[in-house]
Amino acid sequence: MGSLLQVIFDAAALGSLYALAALGIALIFGVMRLVNFAHGDVIAFSVFALLWPSVDAVAVVFAGNLPWFLLIPFVLAIGAGLSVLSEIVVFRRFRRANPATMMIASFALGFVIRYFLLMLFSSRPKSISLLPALSQPVEIMGARIPLLQLITITVTIAVLLGLIAFLRRTRFGLEMRAAAENFTMARMLGVRANRVIMGAFALSGALAAAIALILGSQTGTANIMMGANVMLMAFIATVIGGMGSLAGAVLAGFLLGAVATVMQVILPPDARAFRDAFVYGAVILVLIFRPQGLLSARGTKERV
Amino acid sequence: MSLSVARRTVTTPILLGLLLVAFALLALVVGSKPFNQTIIDIFLKVIFVVGLWVFIGNSGVISFGHTAFACLGGYIAAWTTIKPMLKGTAMPGLPDWLMGMEIPFWASAVLAAGWAALWALIFGAVLMRLSGIAASIATFAMLAMVNSIYSNWESVTAATSSVVGIPIVRSIWPYLIAALIAVFAAWAYGISRHGLALRAARDEPTAAAASGIDIPRARLIAFVISGAIMGMGGALYAHSIGIVTPDTFYLGLAFITLSMLVVGGMGSLSGAVLGVLILSSLIQILRWLEAGIEIGTTTFALPGGVQEIALGAVMILILMFRPAGIMGNRDLSLPRGAASDSQGQTGPKT
Repeated sequence: MGSLLQVIFDAAALGSLYALAALGIALIFGVMRLVNFAHGDVIAFSVFALLWPSVDAVAVVFAGNLPWFLLIPFVLAIGAGLSVLSEIVVFRRFRRANPATMMIASFALGFVIRYFLLMLFSSRPKSISLLPALSQPVEIMGARIPLLQLITITVTIAVLLGLIAFLRRTRFGLEMRAAAENFTMARMLGVRANRVIMGAFALSGALAAAIALILGSQTGTANIMMGANVMLMAFIATVIGGMGSLAGAVLAGFLLGAVATVMQVILPPDARAFRDAFVYGAVILVLIFRPQGLLSARGTKERV
Repeated sequence: MSLSVARRTVTTPILLGLLLVAFALLALVVGSKPFNQTIIDIFLKVIFVVGLWVFIGNSGVISFGHTAFACLGGYIAAWTTIKPMLKGTAMPGLPDWLMGMEIPFWASAVLAAGWAALWALIFGAVLMRLSGIAASIATFAMLAMVNSIYSNWESVTAATSSVVGIPIVRSIWPYLIAALIAVFAAWAYGISRHGLALRAARDEPTAAAASGIDIPRARLIAFVISGAIMGMGGALYAHSIGIVTPDTFYLGLAFITLSMLVVGGMGSLSGAVLGVLILSSLIQILRWLEAGIEIGTTTFALPGGVQEIALGAVMILILMFRPAGIMGNRDLSLPRGAASDSQGQTGPKT
């Protein structure tokens, strides 16, 4: 019983992480058809914003010493700020470009951010202790669950509920949904395009920062590549979920987390190292049968 | 028809080939060892980028995953050319027939091309059913999958540690020949009926499908050919430095090769080759600056990482102001312009 519960919590926590990341990708894709390859580097940047630039192996903590109620908003603001900045400096010039061009531009931007971090911090992983109180385990019905997992799951659910309320109940959310559905039409009906897009970037950046906080406290290291794996899973989640569908992205994120965790349990020990390879293989299989994704968004279907 | 097309367009690969030969002669004249290595590196990049072009340029589908085929090829070089004794300690899990194998480097390159083509066929049969952004991301998943397998299969690939002992080939000529083969193969594919069909499908998918072009099949053919070229390049890459690790063939190489293609212009073969030559020169200059130049008594050096940042910035600027790349979809030809419209293409679409 206890171990089953443990697996469920593991799956939900990993799935939450992927779902948050997929949401960040899908939000931007929805409003401007951009597959944002810089997302993973925004995650890494948000963690490194807590440190002083140095090439030593031991991190020189700077903002990381703030109390948690200041630290969390600080990191979220960094993520949102960097994301909005990237839209203003780079992506704004690509409004008329085709999606492939934008995708490569974001790939290049991610590369620039990553090597900017490398220049300041070197490529060695650094150990940090971010919110150490969260690694305490809690006992629930015989299973020892790290507090962080509970918080991750709770935060994700809260973020999702908040986002639903935001998208459904506020004017800005309405504009954003309209823009995701049909951008040109929404503009003609008076939706201010740049504002909506900047809003989407800010939200996506803040989500990236939330992932950064979770990853940073979970692993206790800061690594310039730390966002890459989560971002890859998030891409896959958005594709499986149906590009542009927010609900699909979240669903697929949880699904990927569940598949990865279950594989970790059922695969023979020799094959466990290949867990990710199996997950990618499963993804390719899903795409054969549903190339348009599980929940295909309206308006993204290719028209003839 | 195809003969006249061949005659009209053959100036492009010949001019590009002469350009490559000129680079090789330059290395011969300079005669320094590091410069020789630089030119070899340029030839390898030409192979990779031309391989990418065969698929991306003709199909318009951006693939992030082609370095996976270079990885497959690189490990073929490791499996077949390292001395059996060394292999036994580094990769004890190899089957006996492979363990005892020790073939010359050119044979390993040919084998690598075949092996990569086989896997391109298997992956492609699945991936080519997708299109647009879903296809791009699926190729990314393919790269991650191959990297994950090669980074973890300790007994056969030595996991993430470097596999050493691959015979190093320092002569420049094999690389030149391989680059020429890649350029001519890409040209021949481009003017073949499959290449023309695929470009038609890229520019007007609906009309092409209505004219009887089987788009997934046309893409698959390009995917296999480009996979083979990447595999050959991967094996030669291994022979140029003598070491392979899975991360040699991961995001870094994918980014550099893709940016070379984009900067040069993914719409034409000349764009692919010139992109390599231009960006390689830029990288080389930045490397010299990173190493430091002495101006008077002070040494001026850029911090590490500037090279990549500059590359990324150049790429973003080119995409902003010249989205079709430096060559703008045109091919090199003689001034008469006889061949200039033969591969007349508009920018790739997804």
